[in-house]
Amino acid sequence: MTPMERVSATLGHEVPDRVPFFLLLTTHGADEFNVSIEKYFSNPEMVAEAQIRMQQKYGHDCYYAFYYASLEAEAWGGNSIFYPDAPPNSGRPIIDHFEDIHSLEVPDVAGSAILKNVLRTIEVLKQNSGNDIPIIGVVMSPFSLPTMQMGFGPYLDLIYDEPEAFRELMNVNEEFCVQWANLQVEAGATAICYFDPVSSSTMIPPELYRRTGFKVARKTISQIKAPTVTHMASGRCLPVIDDIMDTGTVAISTSSLEPLSDIKAACKGKVTVAGNLNGLEMRHWSPQETEDNVRSAIEEAADDGGFILSDNHGDIPYGVSSEVLMDLSSSAIKWGQYR
Amino acid sequence: MGRESFHPGEFEEALLTMNRVAAKNMILSEFNGNNAFELINEIISPALQNIGESWSNGDIALSQEYMASKMCEEIVESLLPAESPVRKDIPSIGITTLGDEHMLGKRIVTSFLKANGFNIHDYGDMGVEMVLRKIRDDGIEVLMVSTLMLNLALEVKKLREMLDRENIGTKIIVGGAPFLFDRDLWKEVGADAMAVDAMESVEKIREVMGVSR
Repeated sequence: MTPMERVSATLGHEVPDRVPFFLLLTTHGADEFNVSIEKYFSNPEMVAEAQIRMQQKYGHDCYYAFYYASLEAEAWGGNSIFYPDAPPNSGRPIIDHFEDIHSLEVPDVAGSAILKNVLRTIEVLKQNSGNDIPIIGVVMSPFSLPTMQMGFGPYLDLIYDEPEAFRELMNVNEEFCVQWANLQVEAGATAICYFDPVSSSTMIPPELYRRTGFKVARKTISQIKAPTVTHMASGRCLPVIDDIMDTGTVAISTSSLEPLSDIKAACKGKVTVAGNLNGLEMRHWSPQETEDNVRSAIEEAADDGGFILSDNHGDIPYGVSSEVLMDLSSSAIKWGQYR
Repeated sequence: MGRESFHPGEFEEALLTMNRVAAKNMILSEFNGNNAFELINEIISPALQNIGESWSNGDIALSQEYMASKMCEEIVESLLPAESPVRKDIPSIGITTLGDEHMLGKRIVTSFLKANGFNIHDYGDMGVEMVLRKIRDDGIEVLMVSTLMLNLALEVKKLREMLDRENIGTKIIVGGAPFLFDRDLWKEVGADAMAVDAMESVEKIREVMGVSR
């Protein structure tokens, strides 16, 4: 099976030849060209070529068109802080006061230079892969983007204390998110990863999620013209898993803090489960630990399909070595065979 | 002090449901103008401890711990103004994210410590060199470091080396997602302790300072 056939079968709740695995690599691509992370992400063709090289090296089942989270904040007028050994961090928030939300306008998504770079990467990947390898595009959910637009504490204050301004912010963010997702789909993305960590039960209580993030997700996902994978970026989702399934998502990626078997039991036959290897611990895994962790995840969740092996954060840390990634790959192939 | 009519569970519930008015009124009804620390030690701190424990067990969300700590900070501010001479200045505590723009963890710990009557030197998102200078200038005995990014968590190692070079004995207590997901990371970076949540930060301060309850 090609990676596309394997992933399609999995998403369709059919049993493929083996468990598909996604190595969600971003900053590692800079090492393929021995350039700084900042320089790497300024060159869309280089990002595409690195994705192709890494997929060939490790044999995983996708291309990952994600650059870094604060890229969307840049499109809104914010900035990113680059480091030599980590993904960029979002700089100063663009919303200093709640009143600023009233005058907030959706940026020109198609005209944004930084977003155009990502689209170019997707186009190059698409030219290379045809229909053989799925290309995963990424959006921040309208509900989670404000952590970068205004900072986490102020955003929680907004959610709890300023419902009208919160709704206003969601309106502009939803419009942005749908446009951004669909431009990636037009460029060639097969699926869109909908990063929504604020919706996780680690961050907000289930009843608040049902009143806020859930409604935003359902409205947004229904307008995205490709399957979406909801990603909690290490956050828990079990207490709201039925609600997440109701948003229209086709897959859920969960935290290493939750038993994969419980997530699988809740999702079986309805949505695909992705996860949940601990990326931070991965930095120190021996070959045996790598194999044990891969085997354990597969044993917990791979029965009857509907499972994609991946890390739990949606971005494998830069400090994870090529040797560990190779071990992950060989273990996934060894233990992931369905027949 | 008798507090037969006070129901701790109701106070906790008010905090978790963001009922600011009820929570504040419950405490103010017990306040006689001279028993701020008694109320902190007997009501506010235990409530926050329970809430912190619930968060670390995954029973409540971070937003609830954040709002509860913030509400308690506001209540304690009204009982014990920032300039009050009875605030706890010992040990001298600093807090920083070491360059991380993600401030929520720092904000929660700061509120929690203030709600426990401590004074805190807040160094925002200063990098290691600037923090070192502040530690020296302010005579900081315990530095709390809260980070979300792994690479900034690793900056603690650099800070520890600088402190050691200058023979400064400041204790470092770390917290935040990288330390939660990799339980040995605090040792790797040379911290003196790791607090899984704001509640534990108070215990760890006592522990690293060798102070019993």
